[in-house]
Amino acid sequence: MTQHMDYMQKEKKATLILDDGTVFRGISFGADKNIAGEVVFNTAMTGYPESLTDPSYAGQLMVLTYPLAGNYGVPPRIFNEEGIATFMESEKIHAEAIIVSDYSHEYSHWNAVESLGDWLKDEGVPGIYGIDTRALTKKLREHGVMMGRIIIGDDDKENVSGFGQYGNVNYVDNVSCKEVITYAGGKKRVVLVDCGVKHNIIRSLLKRNVTVIRVPWDYDFNQLEYDGLFLSNGPGDPDTCDAAVQNIRKALQGDKPICGICMGNQLLAKAGGASIYKLKYGHRSHNQPVRMVGTEKCFVTSQNHGYAVDNDTLGTEWEPLFINMNDGTNEGIRHKTKPFFSAQFHPEACSGPTDTEFIFDDFVALL
Amino acid sequence: MKENIKKVLVLGSGALKIGEAGEFDYSGSQALKAIKEEGIHTVLINPNIATVQTSEGVADTVYFLPVTPFFVEKVIAKERPDGILLAFGGQTALNCGVVLYQSGVLEKYDVRVLGTPVQAIMDTEDRELFVRKLDEIGVKTIKSEAVDNIVDARRAAKELGYPVIIRAAYALGGLGSGFCDNEEELDVLAEKAFSFSPQVLVEKSLKGWKEVEYEVVRDRFDNCITVCNMENFDPLGIHTGESIVIAPSQTLTNSEYHKLRELAIRIIRHIGIVGECNVQYAFDPESEDYRVIEVNARLSRSSALASKATGYPLAFVAAKLGLGYGLFDLKNSVTKTTSAFFEPALDYVVCKIPRWDLGKFHGVARELGSSMKSVGEVMAIGRTFEEAIQKGLRMIGQGMHGFVENKELVIPDIDKALHEPTDSRIFVISKAFRAGYTVDQIHELTRIDRWFLQKLYGIMQTDKELRAFDMKGIQRWRLDPALIRRAKVQGFSDFQIARALGLDDDIEKGMMQVRQFRKEHNILPVVKQIDTLAAEYPAQTNYLYLTYSGTENDVQYVGDRRSIVVLGSGAYRIGSSVEFDWCGVQALNTIRKEGWRSVMINYNPETVSTDYDMCDRLYFDELTFERVMDILELENPHGVIVSTGGQIPNNLAMRLDEQHVNILGTSAKSIDNAEDREKFSAMLDRIGVDQPRWKELSSMEDIHAFVDEVGFPVLVRPSYVLSGAAMNVCSNQDELERFLKLAANVSKKHPVVVSQFIEHAKEVEMDAVADKGEIVMYAISEHIEFAGVHSGDATIQFPAQKLYVETVRRIKRISKQIAKELNISGPFNIQYLAKGNEIKVIECNLRASRSFPFVSKVLKINFIELATRIMLGLPVEKPNKNEFDLDYVGIKASQFSFNRLQKADPVLGVDMASTGEVGCIGDDLSEAVLKSMLSVGYRIPAKNILLSTGTPKQKVAMLDAAKMLAAKGYNLYATGGTYRFLAENNIPCTQVYWPSEQGEPQALTMLHEKKIDMVVNIPRDLSAGELDNGYKIRRAATDLNIPLITNARLASAFIEAFCTLSIDDIQIKSWQEYK
Repeated sequence: MTQHMDYMQKEKKATLILDDGTVFRGISFGADKNIAGEVVFNTAMTGYPESLTDPSYAGQLMVLTYPLAGNYGVPPRIFNEEGIATFMESEKIHAEAIIVSDYSHEYSHWNAVESLGDWLKDEGVPGIYGIDTRALTKKLREHGVMMGRIIIGDDDKENVSGFGQYGNVNYVDNVSCKEVITYAGGKKRVVLVDCGVKHNIIRSLLKRNVTVIRVPWDYDFNQLEYDGLFLSNGPGDPDTCDAAVQNIRKALQGDKPICGICMGNQLLAKAGGASIYKLKYGHRSHNQPVRMVGTEKCFVTSQNHGYAVDNDTLGTEWEPLFINMNDGTNEGIRHKTKPFFSAQFHPEACSGPTDTEFIFDDFVALL
Repeated sequence: MKENIKKVLVLGSGALKIGEAGEFDYSGSQALKAIKEEGIHTVLINPNIATVQTSEGVADTVYFLPVTPFFVEKVIAKERPDGILLAFGGQTALNCGVVLYQSGVLEKYDVRVLGTPVQAIMDTEDRELFVRKLDEIGVKTIKSEAVDNIVDARRAAKELGYPVIIRAAYALGGLGSGFCDNEEELDVLAEKAFSFSPQVLVEKSLKGWKEVEYEVVRDRFDNCITVCNMENFDPLGIHTGESIVIAPSQTLTNSEYHKLRELAIRIIRHIGIVGECNVQYAFDPESEDYRVIEVNARLSRSSALASKATGYPLAFVAAKLGLGYGLFDLKNSVTKTTSAFFEPALDYVVCKIPRWDLGKFHGVARELGSSMKSVGEVMAIGRTFEEAIQKGLRMIGQGMHGFVENKELVIPDIDKALHEPTDSRIFVISKAFRAGYTVDQIHELTRIDRWFLQKLYGIMQTDKELRAFDMKGIQRWRLDPALIRRAKVQGFSDFQIARALGLDDDIEKGMMQVRQFRKEHNILPVVKQIDTLAAEYPAQTNYLYLTYSGTENDVQYVGDRRSIVVLGSGAYRIGSSVEFDWCGVQALNTIRKEGWRSVMINYNPETVSTDYDMCDRLYFDELTFERVMDILELENPHGVIVSTGGQIPNNLAMRLDEQHVNILGTSAKSIDNAEDREKFSAMLDRIGVDQPRWKELSSMEDIHAFVDEVGFPVLVRPSYVLSGAAMNVCSNQDELERFLKLAANVSKKHPVVVSQFIEHAKEVEMDAVADKGEIVMYAISEHIEFAGVHSGDATIQFPAQKLYVETVRRIKRISKQIAKELNISGPFNIQYLAKGNEIKVIECNLRASRSFPFVSKVLKINFIELATRIMLGLPVEKPNKNEFDLDYVGIKASQFSFNRLQKADPVLGVDMASTGEVGCIGDDLSEAVLKSMLSVGYRIPAKNILLSTGTPKQKVAMLDAAKMLAAKGYNLYATGGTYRFLAENNIPCTQVYWPSEQGEPQALTMLHEKKIDMVVNIPRDLSAGELDNGYKIRRAATDLNIPLITNARLASAFIEAFCTLSIDDIQIKSWQEYK
């Protein structure tokens, strides 16, 4: 580790412009590239390598409310022979940019091989520090979601148009695998519908000794031989994933266990006839409390979503499984008679608390 | 509520001591609030009269009695509570509760332990049970294996994995212990260890591992959360109370953070905690390996810190869970809408820094290690680590300005100082950087994680850049605003910047220039809220801090001038602790009650005044002139109260006044007239009030000339201290020379103040409140000890018991004159010497004093409420009650922590040494003395008492007491002079010998053999031999936990009390029953 603070001489300005014209000025520490996207925040205090590689962040500029970033550097970008990342959640950074208050140019960790800044540069992703991320977060919270642009360098007089439209892009299609991948494991076969799956979902299933057949988001898995169906997380608006909903609807006719996570919860709900709406205050943190309906069991969960299932539209066959203890919104559903259930939160954690890993146990036990 | 409970007993932690301090006033107060709002009757036992929890309106019934099984049982028998809370009074309450449970008292009186069951407490307290318990769930603990031969030692080491520590069992002082990195080293060390002891312990060495803590909460439905994690700046080996602590952890990855979190939850479930506990880990810096160090099944210092760091009221919630609630039943008390079942998300970083006062003690070991020595702590909040730590280093209040730009330390051997940390370790790091050490070198020597060191190095770099500007001379104001902004983001104060820029000829002016420059360039701090959810949800929170990492304030300022700012008392230290927190809280309460908005500025996480419930706005921030001005400029208050927070706010008065701040009550000018020795003396002379003669002198000749005039003994106060205590009494030429040579460097630049010291004089305190120069209320109390014992260490009786009526009359008259002359409006305190009827003024403080809560509670008139009303300009009536109406007496006794301070001489003098106090009430003096002495840890001796009673005068003073002891059947042992004196007076006793004497029995041996139940050792003077002999006896008594008294008058009072009363004669009367 060097002690040269030469970055101070070559620091480069960076500007974030929101679609309402608000300007935040900071300093660049990532790739030298202008970019636009949906600006979202996350209140997690750890886990930037996991979050940045989470495909659910595709198309988004990620604001960290915890002010210090980069402290422990970045672990090696290594993969096993089946292509599953050892320390990250996918093959690459999916977020469009990262916005922080204070960046640690120097890092310290036994497992780190590079700094956050170097990693961002290498993958062509901009990063800004020196931003009042609390002020920014409050603005995003009140507006719901905003589009934003990042401009690197002094050239911030560029016109304010060209923010793009987050809703217009099918991010699921962008991040999903393009062909079927089989991860050999035990006898039981689980079809994993990849809407932008985090690798820890794959790891969590494989750890429970099942064979995972990862299929593209719009793949008709009903033709496959399988014992259970798993619906992954993913970026963007669930309404762009109609093909998946149609396939799931077919599966609902049968009795094979189905489990969904995050986007998977919404797709399962839609397939079951429920509707989805956009939350006033999205859930983007590691500290979301959920309660299992009808019990005194509560869990702290990791979440990252702006859409929610409307409890009131659940069909008569369905019921809420988990409820958010802060705002009472839906955090999971289950079928009253069949082995179908899902969670709006992330039982696979990475990053975040591991309280709800039992979801995988419950699913595998049903196979 | 789920349980049918009507009355609950809460155990407090007693006097503040090292390791058990103000945090338990905060936890207990929160618990009482949580229970009381359920309509449950609360009973509190806590002899600490200066606490907020023992104030009116907090608990329903308060007993100022010792928290010991004996007294708690008596209170239980009288009050018959349904439930008892053990987790809110530190180790004192926990230990007491375990004894009551084991002895069947709780069962006998059908008292249910609410919250964590006693079995779970015992599982965590007993090392063997604890290890076994965690083994059951496969959680790793720190284990040691006992072996009795070298072959087994090798095997054990191999199994544990090198490096290992070898310890000889049953050997004191670490004889025969050491680290081994491999088998060769083990062979050598083990052989040596076996020569000391037949048994050797082999333990895995975790030297250099990180220390990480989690605060965990569980309800009876098995729901768990971890409210906060914290990482120690210092690696394992330094007690967590002695370490700088950062929250949340900074160097842990997501996987590490959640691995430890998951373990913490597994542990708390398996042990069966209901409420709160903390789990401490050792964590390998080179892998994800860990060991559990310990689990505290109670609220702790860390939990108080975690509450303040996150805004999550742990004690409040834990108390509710004890009543049977589930976490899902409770609301987040910051947002008021979201659930209490959640884990706070921080969008700032906090830094806790301990405050030591080791300089107050003679001979104390300064090295930091596995036992705690610090007396207080601060918490600093920032949005960069640099900002938090630099704020914190200023907050500890030891003359430091941050990490850089301090007075240069003299460190002869930096390597050694880095390797063997002392209380100045962080400044040694600064020094090392300055001397050219690299991050890696410092890391090798300290094992502090490089990340922290890199950040500190960054501060050093900015400082260098600032200093470079000075070189440019006249160009200095061609400053780059970006550099100043960076410095401010890194927590530099205007003072540091001014000094770095070379503006320290007139540093006050320099600071104002920097401030001006900042304002011109819009480099201003912003106010941010602590909302527990990092702005994810809207929150109406009044818990605030200031930062330079931001562009927008979180709060709106209305500028209606309807707020009153109260300045808090800062870090607890010797001389300023919970009593000023009480004063601050009373001021806040009064302000609110009178319809103003109350604003508190303070940064001590152990306090109740920094509970955001206590005021309308809490600025958890510095009490420096710069920061207070920042806040006042934003807040635009009606006025500021500087008189309830001890010396820190008092010292700001003049400078705030210069900036036209409205200081409420007594004017800054009057405060200055009382604080400034010359001005105050001139005033006393003018109004014809006597005082001990004094002079500020700058040469040895002048000192001798003055001493010739006034005679010995004299009190010597150097203005610049080289080493040792700051003040001393010198009774002869030899002592004077020795002290001045040892402690002070007398010169024009560093003069000393020499005062006449009046022996055998009574010390009397006047605590009072005045309105526009007229005294509205007063309390006169009397020290049991003669003058010469610091008023903070003295045992105080109120009302005064043995003063002449004429003395009291004169004191009242002089106090009236002074109040009028200084036109006092608010609280004040005057200390007097009384000999015969001659009265001299020693000191006058135009602020609340340490004894305000004591006299307020004994008299049952809230002096601070009165004072605050006066400062608010409200009319007050003179209460028609005074101390002469009381049918009972209060005693305030001091708590010492010498047992924690290795090698320190447990002797009292003109510099304060106590860390806390109690106040007890009795029907007569003896009962009050006995209660209070038992409350600070004295025991009524069983049979053998060792006496060495000092000078002939002191021997005479002790004669009656010695007679009483003999009559009571005690066996007296006495050293030479005392023996002869007692024998001459026909008091039977056995002679024992000093360590320097030949002869049997040896006093020290008797102590070690536990044959002595109490030691009275009165130091004669400061001559070397006397100090050495006496020191050995005093220190042995302290180390062996044998009650020790070093003052003849206190010893006499205590002896008289326990010779005339037995422990069963002590009445179990609540505060409310004294009418």
